[in-house]
Amino acid sequence: MRHRTFFWFFLPTASAMLLFIAFPIVSVLIQSVHAPHEQVIVEVENCGPFGCTRSSIVDQAATRALREAEPLGRFVGMDIYFNRAHLAVNEIGALWRSSPDLGTFINRVMRLPFYGALGFTLTYTALVTPLSIMLGFVIALSVNALPRVLRGPTIFFSLLPMIVTPLVGGLILFWMIDSRGVLGAFFQYLAGDPNLSVKASTPLMWAMLIVYGIWSSAPFAFVVYYAGLQTVPQDTLESAMIDGATRWQRIRYVMLPHLLPLTTFMALIKLMDNFRVFEPIISFQASAHAQSLSYFIYSDLGGETRLLSSAAATSVLTILGIVILLSPVLVRTWRNFGKT
Amino acid sequence: MSSIANRRPVSLRLVLAGFLIFWLLLAAFPFLWTFWGSFKVEGDFFSRADWRNALLGTLTELETGATFTGQGYFGAWVQEEFWRAALNTLIVTVSVVCISLTFGTLGGYALSRSPYPYAFWLLIIALVFRAMPPITLVSGYLLPFFEWNLWGHLPTTIIVLVAINQPFTLWMLTSIFRNIPKDLDESAMVDGCSRFQAFRHVIIPVMWPGVITTGLFSFLLAYNDFAVTSMLLSADNLTMVPKLESFLGTTQTRGNVMFAVAAVVSVTLPLFVLVMFFQRQIVSGLTAGAVKG
Repeated sequence: MRHRTFFWFFLPTASAMLLFIAFPIVSVLIQSVHAPHEQVIVEVENCGPFGCTRSSIVDQAATRALREAEPLGRFVGMDIYFNRAHLAVNEIGALWRSSPDLGTFINRVMRLPFYGALGFTLTYTALVTPLSIMLGFVIALSVNALPRVLRGPTIFFSLLPMIVTPLVGGLILFWMIDSRGVLGAFFQYLAGDPNLSVKASTPLMWAMLIVYGIWSSAPFAFVVYYAGLQTVPQDTLESAMIDGATRWQRIRYVMLPHLLPLTTFMALIKLMDNFRVFEPIISFQASAHAQSLSYFIYSDLGGETRLLSSAAATSVLTILGIVILLSPVLVRTWRNFGKT
Repeated sequence: MSSIANRRPVSLRLVLAGFLIFWLLLAAFPFLWTFWGSFKVEGDFFSRADWRNALLGTLTELETGATFTGQGYFGAWVQEEFWRAALNTLIVTVSVVCISLTFGTLGGYALSRSPYPYAFWLLIIALVFRAMPPITLVSGYLLPFFEWNLWGHLPTTIIVLVAINQPFTLWMLTSIFRNIPKDLDESAMVDGCSRFQAFRHVIIPVMWPGVITTGLFSFLLAYNDFAVTSMLLSADNLTMVPKLESFLGTTQTRGNVMFAVAAVVSVTLPLFVLVMFFQRQIVSGLTAGAVKG
């Protein structure tokens, strides 16, 4: 295809991505080094029967005019990145000096909002990605053993947790696990503690969010592995059997190597998706116990005071995180491309 | 398919079947439970006293005179005007699917037929864009959209969702077009067609199965989105998912939780129907990129 034709075919999609993905990234970058203008302070003299006093008041009209004239605000450089709500450089230094040991230090750092969100996001990603892939693989193996008639309905029900809107899936689980819900009551009965409540406990909330994550992303792994299992060469399986391989050895040395490309692909997709974990935290009303980077941005953007600059700084840091996460793939692609 | 390698001893079969039943319970039970409970009153849905109330509807019978009630649905759809949100969702999803398929087929076709390295790098850039959490982009939109008075309207949200959808659509459609033999459009061009005519008359008639699969995923993305729609739409323009979240904010008054439950079931039902009819396409779409790539 000639360059000119290519250009016209590609123009619509390119302009959509340029305008609404590439520019926003630039816009976020610019915004993160600006802060809203400070209030305009004027000094006035109040003269009464007991003499004159000078006091400073906020000139509301002038403040509004200034903020409307320059909505972006004033240039503050890297200040927002280093303040308490983000990288908290000074606070970390102080904590480092005041903490007796590394454990306490890490504990205290995790209480800073940005590091708390980063910690949860990384924990969630690191646990949910491998566990959901493993669960999906076991489901695929079991479905593969089913008679053909039963496979259709099984796949139908297995797809539901993945297809359903994340916010809705989270809510459905949350209402069941709520201390008044059926599973919540069951757990209270099991634990023998009538006051057990997921909402009140940070570790339980983290566990619940991770269980939700596995529940909702295992179906994807299942479907991909199920399709992959259909392509495993039967001859190799049979010759492995003749060579005396046990069932486990056949899985370990024939199936898994065959499915390895699928696994890397899936791990890549799931890493990207889990890193943006967001909706379940709203569904579970978990923000008091667990915040993710996405939720952190969302709570800055929402509400009465839209903290655009703060959200922008977090966004830039999140994008950096994504780039670091993807860098092995990108580097490998770059090298492979050089070879061919 | 009766290879010896596929024979399993009875004990293993039992273990696998047991595991599968456990998984199916895990996957389906929450939906069935919530669906059943959406026709009860709050006291039964959250049946703290006795879990059997939720099944039998004891309190529902006391309060309304029957074991099933449509109060939640009435409250959500009529009182809180959920139908408006449903209408908005319909507008948004249909437009997003149509526009992103149009853009995506053109772009994906071009990528699949270009032998130059830039086509490859465009796909890699699309992959990086696909990795951006939508909410980070939203924080870039807000200030310009406020300034240019674009905030709060459905068309803005539609075009933003189309753009966020493009990377995935491009990947999917490029791999679909690569499976359509090049000879097809090239022979048309030998016969005197321009590139666009070849695309129009030769490729479009044979591309539908793949395009429908891609469209399903575009639909799911637009339908399930919360980050973009909740931040970019004004309160009177909300689609179903952010509207549902706004019910949660006002659940303090009695009975309002059931509005949210009814809304949850209403949002889930179309997806149920979708999976029922398009299960094969969804499965093939999920595996298309994976198995071949």
